[in-house]
Amino acid sequence: MTQRFTLRAILLASALAVAPAAMAETPADVLVVAAQIDDIISLDPAQAFEFSGIDVTNNLYDRLVDFDPMDLKAGIKPSLAESWEVSEDGKTITLTMREGVKFQSGNPVRAEDAAWSLQRAVKLNLSPAFILNQFGFTPENVDQMITADGNKLVLKLDQPYAQSFVLNCLAASVGSVIDKETAMQHAEGDDFGHAWLNTNSAGSGPYSLAGWRPNEQVQFAVNEGYWQGAPAMKRVIVRHVQESSAQRLLLEQGDIDVARNLSPTDVDGISGNDKLAVQDELRGHILYMGLSQKDPLLQKPEVVEAMKYLVDYQGMEGSFLKGQWKIHQNFLPEGYLGASEDNPWTYDVAKAKQILTDAGVTSGTVKTMVRDIPEYLNVAQALQASMAEVGLTLEIQQMTGAQVLDAYRARQVPIFIGEWGPDYSDPNTNASTFAINPNNADDAKLSQLAWRNSWAVPEDMNKATIAATLEGDTDKRVQMYLDLQQEYREIAPIIPLFQKVQQSVMQKNIQHWTAGGSVSNVFYRQVTKG
Amino acid sequence: MSGGNGTTGTGGRALFGPRFGRNLRAIGGVLLSLGLTLLGLLLITFIIGRIMPIDPVLKVVGDRATQAQYDAAYQAMGLDRPLWEQFLRYITDVVQGNFGRSISTGHPVAEDLKRVFPATVELATLGTLIGVLVGVPLGVIAAARRGGWIDQIARVVALVGYSVPIFWLGLMGLLLFYGILGWVGGPGRQGIIYDGMVPTVTGMILIDSLLAGDWGAFRDAFSHIILPASLLGYFSLAYISRMTRSFMLEQLSAEYIITARVKGMTERRVIWRHAFRNIMVPLITVIALSFASLLEGSVLTEIVFSWPGLGQYITKALLAGDMNAVLGGTVVIGTCFILLNLLSDILYRVLDPRSG
Amino acid sequence: MTITTREWLLSDAPQTRRQARLGALYQGWLTFRANKLALVGLVILILLVLIAIFAPWISPKSPFAQNLGGRLQPPSAEHWLGTDALGRDILSRLIHGSRITLFIVGTVALVAPVIGLFIGTLSGFLGGWVDQVLMRITDIFLAFPKLILALAFVAALGPGIGNAVLALALTSWPAYARLARAETLSIRKADYIAAARLQGAGPMRLLVGHVWPLCVSSLIVRVALDMAGIILSAAGLGFLGLGAQPPMPEWGAMISDGRAFIMDFWWVAAMPGLAIFVVSLAFNLLGDGLRDVLDPKGAKE
Repeated sequence: MTQRFTLRAILLASALAVAPAAMAETPADVLVVAAQIDDIISLDPAQAFEFSGIDVTNNLYDRLVDFDPMDLKAGIKPSLAESWEVSEDGKTITLTMREGVKFQSGNPVRAEDAAWSLQRAVKLNLSPAFILNQFGFTPENVDQMITADGNKLVLKLDQPYAQSFVLNCLAASVGSVIDKETAMQHAEGDDFGHAWLNTNSAGSGPYSLAGWRPNEQVQFAVNEGYWQGAPAMKRVIVRHVQESSAQRLLLEQGDIDVARNLSPTDVDGISGNDKLAVQDELRGHILYMGLSQKDPLLQKPEVVEAMKYLVDYQGMEGSFLKGQWKIHQNFLPEGYLGASEDNPWTYDVAKAKQILTDAGVTSGTVKTMVRDIPEYLNVAQALQASMAEVGLTLEIQQMTGAQVLDAYRARQVPIFIGEWGPDYSDPNTNASTFAINPNNADDAKLSQLAWRNSWAVPEDMNKATIAATLEGDTDKRVQMYLDLQQEYREIAPIIPLFQKVQQSVMQKNIQHWTAGGSVSNVFYRQVTKG
Repeated sequence: MSGGNGTTGTGGRALFGPRFGRNLRAIGGVLLSLGLTLLGLLLITFIIGRIMPIDPVLKVVGDRATQAQYDAAYQAMGLDRPLWEQFLRYITDVVQGNFGRSISTGHPVAEDLKRVFPATVELATLGTLIGVLVGVPLGVIAAARRGGWIDQIARVVALVGYSVPIFWLGLMGLLLFYGILGWVGGPGRQGIIYDGMVPTVTGMILIDSLLAGDWGAFRDAFSHIILPASLLGYFSLAYISRMTRSFMLEQLSAEYIITARVKGMTERRVIWRHAFRNIMVPLITVIALSFASLLEGSVLTEIVFSWPGLGQYITKALLAGDMNAVLGGTVVIGTCFILLNLLSDILYRVLDPRSG
Repeated sequence: MTITTREWLLSDAPQTRRQARLGALYQGWLTFRANKLALVGLVILILLVLIAIFAPWISPKSPFAQNLGGRLQPPSAEHWLGTDALGRDILSRLIHGSRITLFIVGTVALVAPVIGLFIGTLSGFLGGWVDQVLMRITDIFLAFPKLILALAFVAALGPGIGNAVLALALTSWPAYARLARAETLSIRKADYIAAARLQGAGPMRLLVGHVWPLCVSSLIVRVALDMAGIILSAAGLGFLGLGAQPPMPEWGAMISDGRAFIMDFWWVAAMPGLAIFVVSLAFNLLGDGLRDVLDPKGAKE
């Protein structure tokens, strides 16, 4: 460290002598955030599905039910729907709309708007539509299944799904309530205003969209008449800054209030700065390793077993993943209903070697295709080194996100190392992709992770996963997921490794910041500057 | 470029002289072949885009799409058509000014280009300006005092410029001048507070802020552009100063210069009035080429400085399989390259009596 | 003995062709040697080649040995240039990386000029529509932003060092083609070509036996001057993650790795950058000197 200090000291001394850099400060009622937001392709709730996109829609629209940003642990609470009741057969849910709430246009928020918003999402059938379609909605039947009756919204389901499951899905971004009148004024053909809503907003949320320049920034303007009280921050600017080091510089110079993508080393680097604070928040993302069952080597259950002991969990958690990923060996993230906290595997090369030798495996070569994100590449390289110790060669191929996804969807990635982010706040979001595979044929072209890893999930497990969505008793439902995860740890060739911890770094005066925890997305309305 | 004392002046009239028709025909021929070049450029880009193992449909329908959703989008994007038909359709659209919609930004490509191209032009122009203002005098003096210490310095400056990886120098510059010294603005074109405060007229923030009379915004934009522009300027300086020097040396050894010296003309007059005047034509070509290379060569600089310009736009689009955006960007860069070539060609014909 | 050899080499009236040829070479060496900077460049490059050859013996550690506990260490007695994000010794990685650099530069410098020579001479020699078509294609490739074209090729072919080399070769040939064509045009009508033709030499023989040898020296100068550019482009591809794949210690990729730590651990990015700089500077110095020898016209400036 001496080297570093001398260089810094000399340069700092000369800086002080020549140009005392003025510490800028952002205005008191403006929140300036730096983040990586180049994944946004649409701000229409019927299409928005990327992490940054739903971070935006979350603040433009209200949903029927929602989380409270000041108390995420409390779970789903009423929002535009004041109350709801489930019919005796469990197949009809009736929600009562809150009276007196207005859209930003001044139009009242009606059950009709809510019904229309859900119907259009199903009919447009874009990326997030499947969240609603799980309940049996199709573009053809949705007009009958979702109806408005006065100030009541009636949802007819094809199965008696667990109430928590339905509500969790309604809290997703695709459940946003859109101002039908305003949107339809801008409709082109039969797009339900989709083209216009891609770059404009028509909601009842705390903010309206003031502007979006792709790969540059998103700006929000306050909704002074917001029904839960006008937010303190009158303007929110989210600026796209790709580099962690650049985000950190902006933060240190006082040009921004919050930086959302600082690397572990940069978080370490600002730890001595008493003007800044770090907020750790457990998120829902799981970093996992998928072992394709098409690969002759990885097909062997012993190899799968050995791989679990070849990951230097502690070493990674303590070095390049420090503070931002915690060891988590289950597919349900902590913070979710039914999440398991058992993490049985440790880094044990000798044990791995023993397992392999007993199975007669002493050498072999396998390939991994890794997205060009430093964390993933480092995990891959660390794995490469420990696999080498037991005689296995790992070939790393570095690719862009799009390329990896392409190969993964084509079932051509022998070892996949990457992230899974939940789509909604119900455990089924992960269970239905990790632990279900209705058809393991190549031409089935499914989107489940199990399918992508060519893993034929045992029929029992398929059934158990589906049964868990229908269990009305929440305690029983929790137990079902715990059992499912236990079995999963024993047999699955898909190995969850870490859970994401988001470190938001901010100026000391920022209060009540939340990135949405493991179940939701970023909220700006409760943020204040002290 | 030997001899030809003072003949540059007469060349200007030649355009309208008897050779006018011939010039016009020549220019027409050049234009035609340049159009073909552009078409070829698009064809190659198009083919690369189609053989690339990146699926643009996925970007649209997302990771969790069902096969039915995927197929619908695949057809809507026209990807089920034969390649030649797709290309033909694209060209027809482009001719009508429709570049299609970018799948990675969700915006029409033309709109995106209108936003990102001025950013690149602004950077490249300032870079070239720095390169010319420093490089030309440096080259002239180096030639006039051949072997002197200025010549040595110019040589080292150029050699270093040719040898250093620009993205590395950018990183180090950012670390030093922004991170540690705080002398310049950080990555990006503007401080966040000034972002979007100046009405967009030309898309070049330095100019727009002057038009709006907003000095704060101008100072802010200047503090952001000065470091990347200086870096690009350095590379253009290395090239321009070397070329200036070699053009000047050629002139200075010419007979008419010796005659002028013998006549007792002052050295300053010899250099600037006679020799320098005669290198103007090739020098303009060099500057145009250097400008073109900065326009297209700033990819890495843009990435290091988070500069939302054309290079970064194309690179990002390319890696996402967003071919409408890549093709649109290629049209712009190809056209620039061709226009600058054409410009220097015309200048040659007009200013240099011996060609054409 | 040396004096006599020297005299023999510098003789005004060489007795044999061999003596004449060696004499010319020696003359060239003398010119080259007079350029001190070029000599420095040559020495650096010889060192680089030696380092690359003996990499496993001189590097203090394995370039792949990780040590997560000792990551991002500053330069010290144990790690002269510090360690990277996975605790690997940066010096050892730089030493082994020299092999990759030499491989890329060497291959591109061999492949691109050959493609260019072939297309350029063919174009110039045959003329007519062949010339038109070939030159139009050359123009198209020249109008492309070089790095973006290389990027596109690598994106299409898949990342990896072999494909990076291919992409660089595919983007660098047009300049050589132009040059070779110009040279060919200037000698096409020469008397001795006509004489050879009269003796019944076919076009292929004329091209290979008479045109190519004359184009080679100017191409070599050009290649020597372009070497640095090739290194920088290769590093650029590596920086974007499209060159050598991990854990190969490619210098551009090493800068890219170090970029994330630039604020606190500057040496991780600074060291490979310096290495690239020194080597491309050496190539530039060498190219300068070679130009003096092989292309006296250009040397006079």
